[in-house]
Amino acid sequence: MEEIVSFEYAPAPESRAVVTIKPKYGHFIGGKFVAGTKHFPTINPATEEILSHIALAGKADVDAAVKAARKAYTTTWSKMSGKERGKYLFRIARIMQERAREFAVLETLDNGKPIRESRDVDVPLAAAHFFYHAGWADKLEFAGLGTTPKAHGVAGQIIPWNFPLLMLAWKVAPALAAGNTVVLKPAETTSLTALLFAEVCQQAELPAGVVNIVTGDGTTGAMIVNHPGIDKIAFTGSTEVGKIIARTVAPTHKSVTLELGGKAANIVFEDAAIDEAVEGIVNGIFFNQGHVCCAGSRLLLQENIAEEVLEKLKSRMSKIRVGDPMDKNTDLGAINSKEQLLKITELSSVGDSEGGQRWSAPCELPSKGFWFAPTIFTGVTQSHRIAREEIFGPVLSVLTFRTPQEAIDKANNTPFGLSAGIWSEKGSKVLWASQQLRAGVIWANTFNKFDPTSPFGGYKESGWGREGGRHGLSAYLKGVSHE
Amino acid sequence: MSNRIDVKKTYKLFINGAFPRSESGRTYEVKNAKGVFIANPCLASRKDLKDAVVAARAAQPGWNKATAYNKGQILYRIAEMLEGRRAQFVDEIISVTGATKAKAEKEVTDSVDRLVWYAGWTDKISSLSGALNPVAGPYYNFTIPESMGVIAAIAPENPSLLGLIDSIAPIIVGGNTVVILASTKAPLSAMSFAEVIATSDVPAGVINILTGKKEEIAPWIASHMDIDGFDISGLNSKSHGEIRIAGAENLKRIYAFKSADPGRILAFLEHKTVWHPIGL
Repeated sequence: MEEIVSFEYAPAPESRAVVTIKPKYGHFIGGKFVAGTKHFPTINPATEEILSHIALAGKADVDAAVKAARKAYTTTWSKMSGKERGKYLFRIARIMQERAREFAVLETLDNGKPIRESRDVDVPLAAAHFFYHAGWADKLEFAGLGTTPKAHGVAGQIIPWNFPLLMLAWKVAPALAAGNTVVLKPAETTSLTALLFAEVCQQAELPAGVVNIVTGDGTTGAMIVNHPGIDKIAFTGSTEVGKIIARTVAPTHKSVTLELGGKAANIVFEDAAIDEAVEGIVNGIFFNQGHVCCAGSRLLLQENIAEEVLEKLKSRMSKIRVGDPMDKNTDLGAINSKEQLLKITELSSVGDSEGGQRWSAPCELPSKGFWFAPTIFTGVTQSHRIAREEIFGPVLSVLTFRTPQEAIDKANNTPFGLSAGIWSEKGSKVLWASQQLRAGVIWANTFNKFDPTSPFGGYKESGWGREGGRHGLSAYLKGVSHE
Repeated sequence: MSNRIDVKKTYKLFINGAFPRSESGRTYEVKNAKGVFIANPCLASRKDLKDAVVAARAAQPGWNKATAYNKGQILYRIAEMLEGRRAQFVDEIISVTGATKAKAEKEVTDSVDRLVWYAGWTDKISSLSGALNPVAGPYYNFTIPESMGVIAAIAPENPSLLGLIDSIAPIIVGGNTVVILASTKAPLSAMSFAEVIATSDVPAGVINILTGKKEEIAPWIASHMDIDGFDISGLNSKSHGEIRIAGAENLKRIYAFKSADPGRILAFLEHKTVWHPIGL
């Protein structure tokens, strides 16, 4: 038995030879890469190695991108039949599949997420989103918005750093299928896969200007939101920035969809399959380092099983492999940036000072890069900041409840409403709880599952609109009675 | 010529199934098209709005829980009650707006018919916007429309009855409760409609009707943190921008509508997606 207990994994590093990273990148405007003026470094958060230099788009770049998108919309994309538009999207999906390894490696280098996740989740799902939406392009009259739904025109899209390529796919695929052209801005710390996607657009011979990618920080994002030449804004990010965007576009004709923050409750009832629930708790909060808006960051345990679940959870957490994201055995990679690590560290300290009991899995963290051990706080109450605010890291707050109604009341006691989890082997209870929870996505006896056919989005302050399925597509079409 | 003196009605608010005066004691004067005094309806205050929202919030879980069949029957019941009081509504529309009898009759007829139309939507809207999603994995995955919560509305000035019904009905079809500000210049139909609601098995608090000034109440609605959505169809489009800015504080869903269609019902519904594994 001793030998089995002390079993060690040998390193199984993925090769980075498959990617070529240029020392410097520009923007992708009108089908061409154009040089930027100012640049900022993008680093590998697992090593702090500078990977490349990314252009910081200013007003002139954003103007050029919007102009290119408008021209492509007017002269090409809006005139093309849905059937032909769809074929471009199918091409893109196929090329992404062909170059999947390249995308996965690049995503892991730039973002810090484990290669296992970028390879098995981010990239295949991104390709699937293009494949799914490709098929909508010639069927828009069946999208539920009347017989002649119309595209908005030029869509400005701003995406976060947690799933860089996947969020690009969630935004670009439905926009193009519906007949819009786009100006997309990736997050400042994770631009590389978006720039590789630009190459895919070239290989697919997508007409120039249909997809334009400008890189930069929040100031570039604000220029897109404020640009008078843009008809629709789609944003994924924090609720704070979402509200700023909502106010900014309020007096304009722009249509908006927002995919914002969350503080999902993951509820484990006494009749749950405990071992499965423990796997679900781990997946819920530690998937993608907890950099997930729909993460199950508030664990609600029924009091009579709390001790057993916590014991098993700690034992399971002790087996989470934290470290080199390029290692195929790694479960938990690097925190995406120094800023994010600081935010996680600060909120965790607040958790300590407010009386939560911290427990972190024993693990050795690499000396370079940004790391945070998988952590839980027990003894957390509703009023604690770590139970109310999005930490966006591998930190779980644990609360308990006595009755199912108490679980629902606690779960719903938040301005957010993005997702929730339910663990119970009793069908009627699962359906009851899924009805009572005020959230857009309910995972029952599972967690963090995504699919292009399945609408995703939040209630309340978690956002406006859905992404995925017919509901997500409709956000990129006009035809409903309201403005 | 009769010497009988008319018994005139005191027009009050409709909050939580009761007819209170404004807590502020304020009223305003309504005159007809020729400038003749008609009534002193309540000039609702911020506190009246708050009371109405509290009532709407308290009533929402119960209304949401009512079966679609039940909700449909109650909406149909409103139509039945309105049909029975056609003459009163025709008279009130004529007295306030000076409309011809034919025009007033058409508005009341359309109002009754519109209620019947919406009544039929309660148990059909989910087949329009629900879905069973064919995800690439062993999961049962469905999306259903659900109520959003408490929705506020500003009814259009004109038509004062049909516009009111076109605002209220789509909001409550899917399980929301509503706080609505009636037409300022022609509030009589709205307050009489409250009497119809009060006798239609609509649970108290599901529909709350205020009278007053749009420009005063709309910003209070927009910044109210316990209102989930806001129908601003009856509001001058010049003020839509500032209302949307104030509403962003809790990311209220704010819409202005042009017509009566199922999109109007769906605008104030959320869509919930549920995943469950399939397996032995």
